[in-house]
Amino acid sequence: MAEKISDEMIEYVGILAKLELSGREKEEARADMEKMLNYIDTLNELDTEGIQPMSHVFPVQNVFRDDVVENGDGSRGTLSNAPLSKDNCFKVPKTII
Amino acid sequence: MDIQSMTAAELGKRIRSRELSAVEAADACLEQIEKMEKQVNGFVRVDREGARKQAEAVQKKMDAGELTGPLAGVPVAVKDNICTEGLETTCGSKILEGFVPAYTAEAVRKLQEAGMVILGKTNMDEFAMGSTTETSYFGPTKNPWDLSRVPGGSSGGSCAAVAAEECPLALGSDTGGSIRQPSSFCGVVGIKPTYGTVSRYGLIAYGSSLDQIGPVARDVTDCALALEAIAGHDPKDSTSIARKSYDFTGGLADGVKGMRIGIPRGYFGEGLDAEVGQKILDTVRMLEKQGAVVEEFDLDLIQYAIPAYYVIASAEASSNLARFDGVKYGYRAEEYDGLHNMYKKSRSEGFGAEVKRRIMLGSFVLSSGYYDAYYLKALKTKALIKREFDRAFDSFDMIAAPAAPSTAPRLGESLSDPLKMYLGDIYTISVNLAGLPGITVPVGTDTKGLPIGMQLIGDCFDEAKILRAAYACEQIHAYERPALVKEGR
Repeated sequence: MAEKISDEMIEYVGILAKLELSGREKEEARADMEKMLNYIDTLNELDTEGIQPMSHVFPVQNVFRDDVVENGDGSRGTLSNAPLSKDNCFKVPKTII
Repeated sequence: MDIQSMTAAELGKRIRSRELSAVEAADACLEQIEKMEKQVNGFVRVDREGARKQAEAVQKKMDAGELTGPLAGVPVAVKDNICTEGLETTCGSKILEGFVPAYTAEAVRKLQEAGMVILGKTNMDEFAMGSTTETSYFGPTKNPWDLSRVPGGSSGGSCAAVAAEECPLALGSDTGGSIRQPSSFCGVVGIKPTYGTVSRYGLIAYGSSLDQIGPVARDVTDCALALEAIAGHDPKDSTSIARKSYDFTGGLADGVKGMRIGIPRGYFGEGLDAEVGQKILDTVRMLEKQGAVVEEFDLDLIQYAIPAYYVIASAEASSNLARFDGVKYGYRAEEYDGLHNMYKKSRSEGFGAEVKRRIMLGSFVLSSGYYDAYYLKALKTKALIKREFDRAFDSFDMIAAPAAPSTAPRLGESLSDPLKMYLGDIYTISVNLAGLPGITVPVGTDTKGLPIGMQLIGDCFDEAKILRAAYACEQIHAYERPALVKEGR
């Protein structure tokens, strides 16, 4: 049985996930997570002693290439999707006060 | 035969022989879309004008002898999580509403290179998280076989559009079964290739180590042709693989003589609809009569695939979806207090419930103190599952399995209990964890008249084998059209 998810934990996960949840959403998230984690705990039946974690099925290597610009200046296309932009930059609320 | 009912190969042949023009082919599909969409809702966006322009340009190139391939001039639809330059791409989410990519995904670029005409973007579960296409911000897609039922998901729009003959081919993506399960529910053919076969460049990431793009079609030949068009090593995707062979169409009709097909006992027991199981086993017996060597075996650890998958996929999703913060693209909350509040509000208002659920779970399993117990444990489980499949492929060329426990459920039945919905992925999910190729091919209908699909799972890089066996199944079960389409309603 997974541990109960505390109020603090839900708050903390909300911060990590950068989500603002209403009171009802928090309760639902807690219930869903407890249910899922209980289920996920069945993995503990498996003996994985000495098994290497597998992040990719095939060996992944760094892909290096010469530092030559291959793409053109895509700034206009990129910025065209910004909710707000100014002087060729993304515009955000003040970050340094 | 009506233009929109033709397969891609047939359509391509007629366009090459000038019996038809590329514009006529596009127009026929657009007309069918017009007729079907109010009922099916397979598309979130149809690019009528763009499609006609592309078709005209392709026709010119064909006339000049510059385009000669089998898919030149043939229309295609693209799932809404695959970027198309200049054509809005939203992942079925409010948070990406209005996002117009500045570049085209490699798989789509390759389709264009082959002379295919992009008709529009197909509906999907938000960020591909779902098994029904009901979590889309743009409303659910309906199953053309029965409009009160779901098409499956998350590539439900692509599969429904192909079944409704709105297009002969579509691209989908498959992270835990999102091509194979809706193909089963909609009675079409869909393949998830070996991980790394098709470039993920321009595919909006959900679970990067599991995601693969693949084609959906009405027959195996089209599926193989489309896979041949989109597969290839791409330096822009660091997990892309340089394969020895990219030949998927050669030997399709060579038959199954001598092929060793394994039937995992556990797959055909409790939890599987009896009619679905029976139809699949009947089909395998027919392959046996054609010379396949069929044997039952035990595939262990499968019960651990779903928990391992939801840990890994959610963890990767929580990281991948961190980029949606209201700064660079998509939705930004109207009112906020400072930068962090803007991130939080934009994300909370922009994401739907299922996406938030998985981001929360993913953030938790990656958090300090829980990482080893959940995330690392899941990665170790993945290694063990891969080992089980390796063992199976020592004895077999392929595994025959269901693609889903039942035929298509009714709309609204699945979302109330997320865990129950997740359990429906039991037959598809381990294939993604092990990076294997899997194809779904229709093998008949149940007593409700709904299509049943069989999944064939191959060893890594063995697409040609499962395509060949799927082709043999297709000779046993001729393609069936939904009544809605047959009657032209």
